[in-house]
Amino acid sequence: MNPKLTRRRFIKGVIASSAAAASTSLWYSAIGADRPAGAVERLLSLNVNGQTRRVDVAPQETLAHTLRYKLGLTGTKLGCNRGECGACTVLADDVNIYACSTLTHEVSKKAVMTVEGLRAADGTLHPVQAAFVQELSPACGFCTSGQVMSAVALLKSNPRPTREEARQAMSGNLCRCGAYDHYLNGVMRASGQLS
Amino acid sequence: MSSHDVMPEMSLYQPVRVEDAIGIANQFADRGWLVGGGQDTYGWLKDRAKSADALIDLKGIESMRGVKETADGIEIGALVTLTEITKDPIIAQRYPLLAQAAGRVASPQIRNVGTIAGNVSQDVRCWYYRRGLNCYRAGGNLCYADTPEGMNREHAIFNASRCVAVTPSDTGPALVALEAQMVINNASGQRVVAAEEFFVGPNLDIQNTTVLRPGDILTAVRIPSKWANAQFYFEKVADRNAWDFALVSLSAVMRVNNGVIEDSRIVVGAVQATPRRLTEVEQAVRGKARNDSTADSIGDLASRTANPLNYNHFKMPLMDNLVKRALRGQA
Repeated sequence: MNPKLTRRRFIKGVIASSAAAASTSLWYSAIGADRPAGAVERLLSLNVNGQTRRVDVAPQETLAHTLRYKLGLTGTKLGCNRGECGACTVLADDVNIYACSTLTHEVSKKAVMTVEGLRAADGTLHPVQAAFVQELSPACGFCTSGQVMSAVALLKSNPRPTREEARQAMSGNLCRCGAYDHYLNGVMRASGQLS
Repeated sequence: MSSHDVMPEMSLYQPVRVEDAIGIANQFADRGWLVGGGQDTYGWLKDRAKSADALIDLKGIESMRGVKETADGIEIGALVTLTEITKDPIIAQRYPLLAQAAGRVASPQIRNVGTIAGNVSQDVRCWYYRRGLNCYRAGGNLCYADTPEGMNREHAIFNASRCVAVTPSDTGPALVALEAQMVINNASGQRVVAAEEFFVGPNLDIQNTTVLRPGDILTAVRIPSKWANAQFYFEKVADRNAWDFALVSLSAVMRVNNGVIEDSRIVVGAVQATPRRLTEVEQAVRGKARNDSTADSIGDLASRTANPLNYNHFKMPLMDNLVKRALRGQA
């Protein structure tokens, strides 16, 4: 086995090949043929992380599914897939939402931001990411991308939250390691209130 | 039954006018499913516990957005999110009760997309029913919760009729207390229903929690000025401070003059299938001071006629204590 074939690379390869297969699939065109008049168009121009991505989206497809398995943005995690953990948190027009409990077609006119879109072009981490690193906020790290997105949403609407406001704002993200206080320290540091 | 990774296949409509949405809803009848924030919808569909042929996404309908002032109070569009309600300056000033109730729903991300119409028309949360079992509410002929081994800690202590599920809504009791009016549109026009009549118990209709039927769209909620700037009390008790549904919640509005309660409406959530108005308590405190001795004099009036199940007796003192806290004016 090729030692460079990591799990992540394998998943991305599967995404690329299935996207190519989907574009010519008879199954997709058959669905389109008996679609009742007025239903949504499958082909979307989705604004993700500042880029326009053309993507074929089933009517019932969730945003988490599109991001991970169509666009290869696997930084958005699926924990419970039913709006009860927060791992899939992304921003839609700067508001944090659960990508598992949103249809991609519902945000087709919004600007979607995932954890991949936070880093500056030169690789500099977003202040929230840098603060989380400095405060050793993540333990296992599975919930981290969701925690980051909730913190980013909070600081966009409230740049200097109190610790209690931050606690409330982060309450839609579970952390099974129990690193809540470390994340809160990270939020306070990112808002310039810890030195 | 496992939670599937993806949603089952369905068509999706995104109308931008109420009339178009009603037309599509009528076309699909009981195979169409109205979607606001979708937070009560996708679990049902992913679990294959309920299904639909078409989702009708209402969020593109501009006329169902925003909070407007009217001649007698305010009108809240059906699509106004719970987060928007917590931040609205008019609601915060005149009806902080509703803002507090909306702010205690689920989690920030769910409040960011969940709508006021969805919060009041969501289905009950009984886990047997949610699992897709063929219980009374699902059209079958038994209840799994009301059995010797049934897990019914979160279920009803009043007015059960075959089904023992409770209303999960936090804003519903607040709207009943505020004497809100629900504006419902369908193909034959518009009707306005008092919040108190909007919710329906299993004795009247076991498969629906509201008066809404296929083809009906709840388009707005009106709150009259009658209780604007009154004294309010809201408290929700749940196992966790995020996500969880209420074990018991209480919404109270009171007109207090010189410390004396002239009039009040006290409504409790999560003790029966509909928000429960405590008319006996309201009558007992009329003309009395809003203080500790009035609170103490009420005793167990609120829970006296309760009929608890195996595991939910705790809701009786919980409810009585919430009533006392509301009457004495502080937590």
